[in-house]
Amino acid sequence: MNLGLTIFGQSITFFIFVWFCMKFIWPPLLAMMQQRQETIAAGLAAAEEAELKLADAASGAEAEMAQAKQEAATILDQARSRANQMIEEAKGEARVEGERIVEGARAEIDQEINRAKETLRAQVSTLVITGAERVLESSVDVSRHNDMLDKLAAEL
Amino acid sequence: MAGSTAEYIQHHLTNLTYGQHPDGTWGFAHSAQEASAMGFMSINVDSMGWSIATGLIFILVFRRAAVIATSGVPGGLQNAVEMIVEFIDETTQSIFEYKNDLIAPLALTIFVWVFLMNLMDLVPVDWIPELAKLVGISHMKVVASTDPNVTMAMALSVFVLILYYSIKCKGFMGFLKELSFHPFPSVFAIPVNFILEFVTLIAKPLSLGLRLFGNMYAGEMIFILIALMFGAGAIFFVFGGVLQWAWAVFHVLIITLQAFIFAVLTIVYLAQAHETDEH
Repeated sequence: MNLGLTIFGQSITFFIFVWFCMKFIWPPLLAMMQQRQETIAAGLAAAEEAELKLADAASGAEAEMAQAKQEAATILDQARSRANQMIEEAKGEARVEGERIVEGARAEIDQEINRAKETLRAQVSTLVITGAERVLESSVDVSRHNDMLDKLAAEL
Repeated sequence: MAGSTAEYIQHHLTNLTYGQHPDGTWGFAHSAQEASAMGFMSINVDSMGWSIATGLIFILVFRRAAVIATSGVPGGLQNAVEMIVEFIDETTQSIFEYKNDLIAPLALTIFVWVFLMNLMDLVPVDWIPELAKLVGISHMKVVASTDPNVTMAMALSVFVLILYYSIKCKGFMGFLKELSFHPFPSVFAIPVNFILEFVTLIAKPLSLGLRLFGNMYAGEMIFILIALMFGAGAIFFVFGGVLQWAWAVFHVLIITLQAFIFAVLTIVYLAQAHETDEH
């Protein structure tokens, strides 16, 4: 346990190890750790930025969606009103067409009635003459009474 | 039994010493008496060997970590090394506020090296000495920090650095002035001041080296005493086993703490050496 040359040996060893540590161990390790610190800081900053951008994009997308929805609603509304309008127009046209057809039918019916009346008139006069002939038994001169009978028939 | 017990303890506390015998020849000492007869011209081969071996382990492992170090995702070794380096870096920055690239690596070297030397204390006390005996080596003390030569050498090295930086930062006269005018700033108090400050200065390396030596020596002694119980019957064997385990667990704390204290005090002393302003 006595002191000896070991003190010198150990002191020399000590300084060699400290020197080695100071030259070849501490600087690279610390530089590397600092570098990583910077890398991590940069990464965190980038992540934060990305998050902000994402939030931005999300809000932008939301706004666009809302706008698109509104546009769709507008288009739908327009389409609906256009459809209603078309239906109304079609209804109107149909009504006019129907009225026209009815009018035509009515005119045809009047014509038919008139034609029937004419025919009836003609036949009535013949019938009256025939009847009168029957009553008077030949004393009727057709050519003489024809005018009178025509007048009578026209009164019908 | 008493004789062999004393011999056993004595054997465990004797270094493998190479030196100059009183008759002038050089060789290994074969007993503690022969070793002490060598006086100063002797070197403890085992202390030097284990201290260099543990120092090399530190250097190689940390150098390897520094070489493979990446600022990307670190591996296991790098993680462990970085943890220690960061710990020392933070400790240094919190105590030492001056610019000196030596302090942190110095503290790291001291912390890890002393820790590794102390760690050898946890190897069961008989393993390595008995193995050494098998290959013909008579004595083998594996814990370098139980050798006052080793601890005092480190403390004195730190002391040299303290003196160097004191004189470098304060100037030789500044350093003398600090020693002369410090507790009592009066011309008449110079002798008293000088004695007080000188004792304080000398106490730094002495306390530094002897604290580590004392703690480790005492711890080793207890391991040796516990080891003695193994030969004293079955009950003592079991009891000794439990004790050894308990003491080893406790000792883990001590060896780390002592390494840390040595490193921190080194930083504190060197910070004091850099202090230039009067207060």
